[in-house]
Amino acid sequence: MSLISTKGVSKTYRSHSLVGASSTKVVLDDISLAIEEGETVALVGRSGCGKSTLARLLVGLESPSAGTVMFRGHAVDTLTRGRLKDFRREVQLVFQDSPSAVNGRFSIRAIIAEPLRHLTALDDRQRDARVSELLKMVQLPADLADHLPSQVSGGQLQRVCIARALAVNPKLIILDEAVSNLDIHLQASALELLGRLQKETGIAYLFVTHDLRLVKRFASRCLVMDEGGIVEEIRSADIALLKHPAARSLLAAILPPLPDRRREEHC
Amino acid sequence: MTRKTLAIDGLTASAVSSGERRILVDDLSLTVHQGRILALVGASGSGKSMTCSAALDVLPPGVTALARSITIDGVKQQPSDLRGRQVATIMQNPRSAFNPIRTMRDHAMETLKAVGKKGAGAEGRIAPCMAAAGLDDAEDILGLYPFEMSGGMLQRMMIALALLSEAPFLFADEPTTDLDLVVQLRVLELLETLVKERDLGVLLVTHDMGVVARLADDVAVIDRGRIVEQAPVMEIFHRPKHEVTRLLVGAHLSLYGMEIGA
Repeated sequence: MSLISTKGVSKTYRSHSLVGASSTKVVLDDISLAIEEGETVALVGRSGCGKSTLARLLVGLESPSAGTVMFRGHAVDTLTRGRLKDFRREVQLVFQDSPSAVNGRFSIRAIIAEPLRHLTALDDRQRDARVSELLKMVQLPADLADHLPSQVSGGQLQRVCIARALAVNPKLIILDEAVSNLDIHLQASALELLGRLQKETGIAYLFVTHDLRLVKRFASRCLVMDEGGIVEEIRSADIALLKHPAARSLLAAILPPLPDRRREEHC
Repeated sequence: MTRKTLAIDGLTASAVSSGERRILVDDLSLTVHQGRILALVGASGSGKSMTCSAALDVLPPGVTALARSITIDGVKQQPSDLRGRQVATIMQNPRSAFNPIRTMRDHAMETLKAVGKKGAGAEGRIAPCMAAAGLDDAEDILGLYPFEMSGGMLQRMMIALALLSEAPFLFADEPTTDLDLVVQLRVLELLETLVKERDLGVLLVTHDMGVVARLADDVAVIDRGRIVEQAPVMEIFHRPKHEVTRLLVGAHLSLYGMEIGA
């Protein structure tokens, strides 16, 4: 049974004003996918293609206009209280914009401890110990725990968000452009960390990104989205063979690893 | 036309927080040549953006420049004479760089006013500058507010405003970091064309070595407010010397499954 799956999921928005409702905007169109335990799936597409909306649907932050999201074979909107708690613990999301994903008045300690308070039975002391352990896991100094989000760098705050997602030992983490704002050496070390955790705990990742460079290195298969639909699926090793125009333009946008030799003449 | 050279010399800036003085930019010197792109690279917090701000004296509160000497072709310049007139600036987040309650036309007029260009002739340059930045429907776009435009369009508008100022130098602080990769490539291509056609001298601040590989002629590597290595782009990628440079290039190449010197 898949860890999480969707069947024919669509999402439409409609804005309302004094003069009535506007035409319906289709954000997601008939999406069916499945993520198995322990695997890493990349979801790539350009800005505005619906990647983030799909990510929000998968963790239950939004509900589909049509179709179903299933957690371990059960439709998410019919889960019993107990299973709903499991769902919330086992599926975690890391957002792209970390400053707006944390409460600016909470200390880093409180931010990471929040899911522990709601979703585990740990007491104060155990929670503190777990927070220290998590900070170590994401390679942040322990004394950072007493800082406020505004007192740490963007890269550090993003790792705090990853630590918060890891806090409750989830089975799936959805990373919505979660490393794309980091410095490259931090991206590399964040991916290394996530890869190591996968080996140790068998966690699954849905890696939402527009950077195809990271896909090959990190995921086993790759779904390409365009205009709200999944237009192509391929093994990550074969991404050079992608055919759909949306995928081709992403491939063409990959920056070169090394400077072009021709430029030397210009120097 | 002779090419100008902008030299930043001995730039030092520090912040005072809770009674402690921290040096953010430490005796830093850089030379930007017209018609070339100098990339200033480093990790976040290394002082890249602070270098630009200190050179132009637009530092955030609490940060002061202790020493600054900026010359163009050997002639000393005041920061207030540089800003907008000699050096145009484009920034990382185009959305927060525009006034949300002003149209694009207001922004363009403000730029013209700031550099002291008046009259129909000056206003007539707005549309060609926008076209050069890849914005073709100038009349439509000039009526738009920032919220009505995409990030890529706003970044092009910022470049158009930079061109409008006719400044020979451009400081571009992470100009594509917040953009979609496909849009990023177009903006980088645009910058490259403008350097060639208009002989701009660009100081390109970035943490993305892919952008450096695509665009830069020369590279300066900054770490804790100091330039630790400066060399032509091929040297930096193929024969990095300093440890910080090796770390940056190594991490970048690892994204492609490559290693230094391979």
